[in-house]
Amino acid sequence: MSIFRRSPQVSPVAARRTAKDLRLGESGTICCLEDPEMALKLLEMGCVPGVKVRLSGRAPLGDPLMLVLGDQEYTLSVRASEAATILLKE
Amino acid sequence: MAATASKLAPKEMGDGQQVATAALRPLRIALIGNPNSGKTSLFNQLTGLNQKVGNFPGVTVDRKTGVAQLTATQRAEIIDLPGTYSLYPKSLDEKVITDLLYDKAADNYPDFVVVTVDANNLRRSLLLFTQLGDLGLPAVLALNMMDVAERHGINIDLPALELELGVPIIPMNARKGIGVAALKIVMAQRLDAPPVRFWEPDDKMLPLVRQIRYYFNLHNDYLALHYAQQYRQIGFLSADEKDHIQELTQKAGFDATAAQAAETIARYSRINEILLETVTVVRTEKREPVSNRIDKVLTHRVGGYLIFLGILFLLFQAIFAWAQYPMDWIDQGISALSATIQTNFHGPLVRLLTEGVLAGLGGVLIFIPQIALLFGFLAVLEETGYMARVTFLMDKLMRPFGLSGKSVVPLISGLACAVPAIMGARTIESWKDRMITIFVTPLMSCSARIPVYTVLVALVVPDQAAWGVFNLRGVALMSLYLLGLFSALGSAWVLKTVLKARERSYFIMEFPVYQWPRWKNVGLTIYQKVRAFVLQAGQVIVAISVLLWVLASYGPGQQQATAEAQVRQQATAQQWDAPEVNRRVASVRLETSYAGKFGHLIEPAIRPLGYDWKIGIALLTSFAAREVFVGTISTIYSVGQDADMGTLQQKLSAERDAAGQPFFTPARAFSLLVFYVFAMQCMSTLAVTYRETKSWRWPLAQLLYMTGLAYAAAFVVYQVLA
Repeated sequence: MSIFRRSPQVSPVAARRTAKDLRLGESGTICCLEDPEMALKLLEMGCVPGVKVRLSGRAPLGDPLMLVLGDQEYTLSVRASEAATILLKE
Repeated sequence: MAATASKLAPKEMGDGQQVATAALRPLRIALIGNPNSGKTSLFNQLTGLNQKVGNFPGVTVDRKTGVAQLTATQRAEIIDLPGTYSLYPKSLDEKVITDLLYDKAADNYPDFVVVTVDANNLRRSLLLFTQLGDLGLPAVLALNMMDVAERHGINIDLPALELELGVPIIPMNARKGIGVAALKIVMAQRLDAPPVRFWEPDDKMLPLVRQIRYYFNLHNDYLALHYAQQYRQIGFLSADEKDHIQELTQKAGFDATAAQAAETIARYSRINEILLETVTVVRTEKREPVSNRIDKVLTHRVGGYLIFLGILFLLFQAIFAWAQYPMDWIDQGISALSATIQTNFHGPLVRLLTEGVLAGLGGVLIFIPQIALLFGFLAVLEETGYMARVTFLMDKLMRPFGLSGKSVVPLISGLACAVPAIMGARTIESWKDRMITIFVTPLMSCSARIPVYTVLVALVVPDQAAWGVFNLRGVALMSLYLLGLFSALGSAWVLKTVLKARERSYFIMEFPVYQWPRWKNVGLTIYQKVRAFVLQAGQVIVAISVLLWVLASYGPGQQQATAEAQVRQQATAQQWDAPEVNRRVASVRLETSYAGKFGHLIEPAIRPLGYDWKIGIALLTSFAAREVFVGTISTIYSVGQDADMGTLQQKLSAERDAAGQPFFTPARAFSLLVFYVFAMQCMSTLAVTYRETKSWRWPLAQLLYMTGLAYAAAFVVYQVLA
């Protein structure tokens, strides 16, 4: 159950980096999922801690985002607010 | 292993008689898998019963069944289930699956399941598979898209994987039909429940799980856990049973969300172990996949919208400009046929045939080209995977109106027909988004409005080029569609502020890989839709046309005869010529007919909109279905007219008002057009809204809101233009 970090205040704000903060083309590794309810859906779709995630594009208005999971396995479309619940490893 | 033993199909444990009946019953097999795993393609290959294969997640909304001939003597009933990522349903159409798989006593509980798995996405696809396995369902794994996996350098050790998963694995390419024969052979054999368990509830949950398991006499722990997780949504449990589970879970301090997350993580780590042993990946290409490169263009910040707008505009040009040629042929063909019959034969039956049946039939057949083009276009967009990109492009734009990107597909399908569009809204997980989408979808101009738009636009808008390239009538048509769209968005915005949200909305969606449309599927979609239109709508239209002809040709008592005698007297006094006499006689006869009386009755209510009693008749008949409008006016205006009075458009232009001026002025025509943009005139839509919302409140609100809006808008248009 360690994948939930229910109190983000514990870690310093500056250290928090989420999938939303990725630059175009940049990759990161999923560390944990913050929002328990959203996490269930994200997990099912393959957003599992330890998986590599790459921001491959944004919708023209900046939202939703296009995330490529794993090693070019498949592309997910998520809203920026949803991507913000995916915490990345440093 | 007790669970496994009890999992043997019940028919095998009964007495001899039961075994005998079981042998007669064909096998029942459910097809299940992730969206875009090729499940529907496989269904088509197995059953040969062709139906739509969509790329958009959730195109298989209703459960479809077909019969597969497995061997020369053995047949099986195949149930095609909606695509899902897990056994924890998030949307309504995924719920169909758990309803089927939880209840062993249900009539159509499957003997076993065929799980379609995308070989390129093994990790994620196996999540669902391990859940099914732990439920104790006998299963076959159809390992699909092997060709693509090979190209990507993914090597799968099939015997080892079979051993790890404990089920037969058939490598295949469902699109091309490779591996289907092997799958059929395996399916024809009796399968036992898989011996492998992938995950089991931990000691902390076990007391609760066992309590539920023994209370409901379930065959394994994992199913009992699903009861604990989802009892609220399980259809076959009584209120008392649900209360009992609630009590148990509360007492045990069961945290459903945390338990589900922990289970999913544990399953993934088990799957990773399995894949580590059985799959090796040798990346052959380092290039960006083609699909991602196409996405760079189609979802470009400016280009993406321009392309989408261009596609929409092409659609309208196709529906209006290109479809015009075949429509003209049909129109002229029908009127030529009608004229030939009228010049060679006479009598009331001939008039019934030409003025009633043929006029109504013409009103149906003429719209085949437009409906075919529209459904063909939508099918291609869905097949290629472009529709999913449209939802991605539109999400941010739709959210201020209380809609989500996923609402775009129902709204665009609403251009074809609101009935399937409203059913398509099931893929929207959030209750509020879904209700708003259902409520506003009928405001999108559906194909049944095309007849009305076409006839009236052609009547008052000149056939000219506008700004060099566009046809002025095409522009007018597009404006009507835009009016429908903006009213839908505006209404959604109003509804958003009124409705209270019960849950949050999400937008997590997988992008299907681009692929060429399968033209056979597109052709079949067009054929099925046109057939449905001609047969279903056509029957209603022709029946109403005939009924109308009778009502418009005969009147109560001697009123018609008296009125006719009066006109003939006047004629002798005023020395009118023969055509003038005929016209006036026909006019008074219609006015004194049953239909005329009816129209006069409601005329006061519609006069402020610019309509007379003749249009009143058409409005009343088109309440059941709006496409009846054209058939109705074509019947009303052909009664008593000359045989050579050509096409419907000529009939309408020939219509005069009391002062002898053309009746269909721009003010009247636009008022009518606006009325048809807004008005709720479709019984089927109301019925499907009731079915989808399970309440009369929604269809009733739709009816009152849309009809009120139509009346008000038509009133304003007529008063301003007239």
